Amino acid sequence: MSRIIRFIILDILKNRIVLVYTVLLAAFAWSAFSLEDNSSKGTLTLLNIILLIVPLVSILFTTIYIYNSAEFIELLVSQPIKRNKIWISLFAGLSLSFVIAFLLGVGIPLFVFADPNIAIMMTTIGSIITMVFIAIAFLSSILSRDKAKGIGVSISLWLYFALLFDGLVLFLLFQLAEYPIEKMMVFLAATSPIDLARILILLQLNVSALMGYTGAIFKDYFGSTLGLLVAFLLLLIWVIVPFLFSLKIFKHKDL
Amino acid sequence: MIEIKSISKRFGKLQVLNKVNLECNRGECIALIGPNGCGKTTLIKSILGMVLPNDGEILFKGKSIKQDFIYRSEIGYMPQIGRYPDNMTIGQVIEMIKNIRQHKGSYDEVLYHQFILPEMLNKRMSTLSGGTRQKVSAVLAFLFNPDVLILDEPTAGLDPLAAEMLKEKIIAEKQKGRLILITSHQLSELDDLISEIVFMNEGQVLFHKTIDALKDETGEARISKAITKILKSRVV
Repeated sequence: MSRIIRFIILDILKNRIVLVYTVLLAAFAWSAFSLEDNSSKGTLTLLNIILLIVPLVSILFTTIYIYNSAEFIELLVSQPIKRNKIWISLFAGLSLSFVIAFLLGVGIPLFVFADPNIAIMMTTIGSIITMVFIAIAFLSSILSRDKAKGIGVSISLWLYFALLFDGLVLFLLFQLAEYPIEKMMVFLAATSPIDLARILILLQLNVSALMGYTGAIFKDYFGSTLGLLVAFLLLLIWVIVPFLFSLKIFKHKDL
Repeated sequence: MIEIKSISKRFGKLQVLNKVNLECNRGECIALIGPNGCGKTTLIKSILGMVLPNDGEILFKGKSIKQDFIYRSEIGYMPQIGRYPDNMTIGQVIEMIKNIRQHKGSYDEVLYHQFILPEMLNKRMSTLSGGTRQKVSAVLAFLFNPDVLILDEPTAGLDPLAAEMLKEKIIAEKQKGRLILITSHQLSELDDLISEIVFMNEGQVLFHKTIDALKDETGEARISKAITKILKSRVV
């Protein structure tokens, strides 16, 4: 398995997009910290990068990469390798490349400027968010043979999680303001990995003003430590479930 | 060596394979022929486990290939359109497949040298012509001394010289007692290669005969003419 992962990582590195992504992230992160006078403002700027740019690049690149590797996958399937192994190696290769890119781009400036606890939290969450959107990309690209359709689904999913979801929450909040909707809001937060990531980081940063409605309820509902743990577990589920689904489909797919 | 027991495959509403039965043994060189879209490639891909049949089973050396993957180390496969990762060079692709297959015995590098690949190892796959890709596919199929060779349109796209080299290589392998499965539309090319013919149409095997029987029945010396004669007589 490690052999295939190595080949995939080498292939991705040659693509240069990951390198550009690393450099861009680094430029954003260093300038965010250098331009703001205190590090917590820089951290908040970075938070927005993690919640918007990281998911977008991960999901788009992965979707396109999987479609472009169709022949490569076909070549591997005709070789004496288990199908599971091929799909898991692809996932591991893509995840590793993007997590390393993220750690180099955002992780280093975070550890230089920010409070170590926050830095650890943000790099962990950023890495998991990367993997979540790679897993979602795996699912959306295996569901359709058509590349344009697959990329369309991926972009729509990103749009939904990154932008539309917040609007939906606000809409529900105003419509149902007279009812006790706290529990429903907690449930709603769990259905969006980006919201979960935001809650996790903001719980750590302790800036409740920026928490948003779902975050405030989360803190209220779980108390800080338990809320952290639950949100963390939910995020991991967001990695595992889409990927396992895609794996199940891949095992029975005709190539 | 390979036994196909009434496999069927549907792609949506399209019945691509319909209860296909076939037995292939060591030392045979079988041509799979038939019109476009008759299910040749699907049959080959089912043997390789790339397409999973809806029904029936395939035995490789007496063992079902379902849930198995190790049997593929005894198969050399040359796809119809060999496409490889664009960013890799010829050398890297060959190296990768060697690495993945972890072949214990010696490598068969006859075609590798005949096709002068060593001089092109640094060329990237994206810059290669269709013919050169075919050469890479051919080299990979023969490289590991497999017991079974499955060649999907092997000479399509190759220049005459390379096609001739490949044909000679196929004959040499046949004499070593390997099982060779070829699909082709160029019947005239098959004349001195094959020992048996399987004719498929609309997902079914119309007939499976040895060349000698075919020539006796029809009184023709060339495969292409014999096939046409048989098909005509069936239509009438």
